[in-house]
Amino acid sequence: MDALLQPIASLFGPAWPLVWILVKIVGIVLPLILCVAYLTFAERKVIGYMQVRLGPNRVGPKGWLQPIADALKLMFKEIIVPSKSSKALFIIGPIMVMAPALAAWAVIPFYKDWVLANIDAGMLYIMAMTSLGVYGVIIAGWASNSKYAFLGGMRATAQMVSYELAMGFSLVAVLMISASLNLSDIVIGQSKGLFASHGFSIFSWNWLPLLPLFIVYLISGVAETNRAPFDVVEGESEIVAGHMIEYSGMAFALFFLAEYANMILVSALTSIFFLGGWLSPVSFLPNGFFWLALKICFVLFLFLWFRATFPRFRYDQIMRLGWKVFIPLTLVWILFVGVWMMSPWSIWR
Amino acid sequence: MDFTYILFLLFGTIMTIASICVITARNPVYAALFLVLAFFNASGIWMLLHAEFLAIALVLVYVGAVMVLFLFVVMMLDINIDRLRQGFWSYLPLGLAVAAIMVFEMAAVVSGKYFGLEAMPQPETAAGISNTKSLAWLLFTDYVYPFEIASFVLLVAMLAAVVLTLRHRKGNKALDPKVQIEVKREDRVRVVTMANERHD
Repeated sequence: MDALLQPIASLFGPAWPLVWILVKIVGIVLPLILCVAYLTFAERKVIGYMQVRLGPNRVGPKGWLQPIADALKLMFKEIIVPSKSSKALFIIGPIMVMAPALAAWAVIPFYKDWVLANIDAGMLYIMAMTSLGVYGVIIAGWASNSKYAFLGGMRATAQMVSYELAMGFSLVAVLMISASLNLSDIVIGQSKGLFASHGFSIFSWNWLPLLPLFIVYLISGVAETNRAPFDVVEGESEIVAGHMIEYSGMAFALFFLAEYANMILVSALTSIFFLGGWLSPVSFLPNGFFWLALKICFVLFLFLWFRATFPRFRYDQIMRLGWKVFIPLTLVWILFVGVWMMSPWSIWR
Repeated sequence: MDFTYILFLLFGTIMTIASICVITARNPVYAALFLVLAFFNASGIWMLLHAEFLAIALVLVYVGAVMVLFLFVVMMLDINIDRLRQGFWSYLPLGLAVAAIMVFEMAAVVSGKYFGLEAMPQPETAAGISNTKSLAWLLFTDYVYPFEIASFVLLVAMLAAVVLTLRHRKGNKALDPKVQIEVKREDRVRVVTMANERHD
């Protein structure tokens, strides 16, 4: 590979590392955007079938070109900036929602050594980046100069800040048992254990010993991305579309795409932290990127399934679940894992 | 002039401009957002100094949590900028004194050459051990008691803040989920049998 790239590298001279990183970034972001587009299609199809109807089936063969048509439509619509809004912040809002959702992919390992930045503090970086997403919502809500947008932004912010804590605490336990902040090391750590040595690596992944935290992380992930049944942000009946109400055209599309990009990100993180990343569930099948993709698709399907199944939570119920159920649960389980690790029955030596 | 130096200049310039904007912005929401920008660039500079834990913790704690809540408060406030300016001249001497002390302290840090900073030993960076890990070693071995006491003080302060500001409003219609779940059919439904009214 290096020998192949040598002539191109000499062409760029000292700027080559920068160019090569940019090429890698494009290599991650372009497929990601395509996945986001087709996730919107998958959502409409899956929910369609769950509600015994066909979903989009007019544009292209079996409706496969529907996301392309949607994107074209949104691109050609005018972006209306409300009068008396803060113009600069109004534009920065959607960008601030989208950027962290893409930036977090820098440390996601797709396979052994297939990662853009293999840094030691990978998990911290992920937590820092996902905590930035809330700014887009709060800025958009304030800059729109509309009461509905402001209230929607406030709601969304309170919800995202609350569930971030529960997510962070569940990751603390993952950090404790894998003794590393590096995402690749966390995945490799899941390939060892009693069940893995008998050929069933699936039972050595973190989801089994940390089952309560896995469930807390998954549900908090749904709440963090403002998806149903936690989508009070959009709350059609009360605040119409929350912080996005004043946005149109591509600016609205950015919010929409960021929601799906965040869904894919949370699914990827769940797969890496709890479902063994690129590891194969049984030892007679080879490891590979294929498994990570399959796990991400499985978690994404859960997201769509939740949306088709559950009615929306009431706002006070969301706050109660986050603060009074999840956070105490994670704290107790962290203590339990700590005692377990120090006891003679520890399985992580 | 290498790449990290260009990055340092970039972060430094943006941080300085953002910091000036924090105190000159007329709208407090803009001031808070400029403070976020300044924090972010400070974290970039720390990253250049290989202090990755500090850099990411700054983004995670200050940018991701503290400033969000700060913005919450600032956005809800009804601030009259003219009223704030009234006491400008009477506060100026005190402000100048504080500024002078801060400038002196910062000069002491920046011009460490003249204050014997180089006599301090350089921090050792062992190969193969990450910044976060070595920091954790120190915190939980040499400095474990100060660390625990500090966290305990913070916990007490947090509880005190909650207890001091907690007001139970009268007529609060909050529902107890336990009561809601334990409702039986008999509590809500009353079956009434009535005689048939129509006679044909």
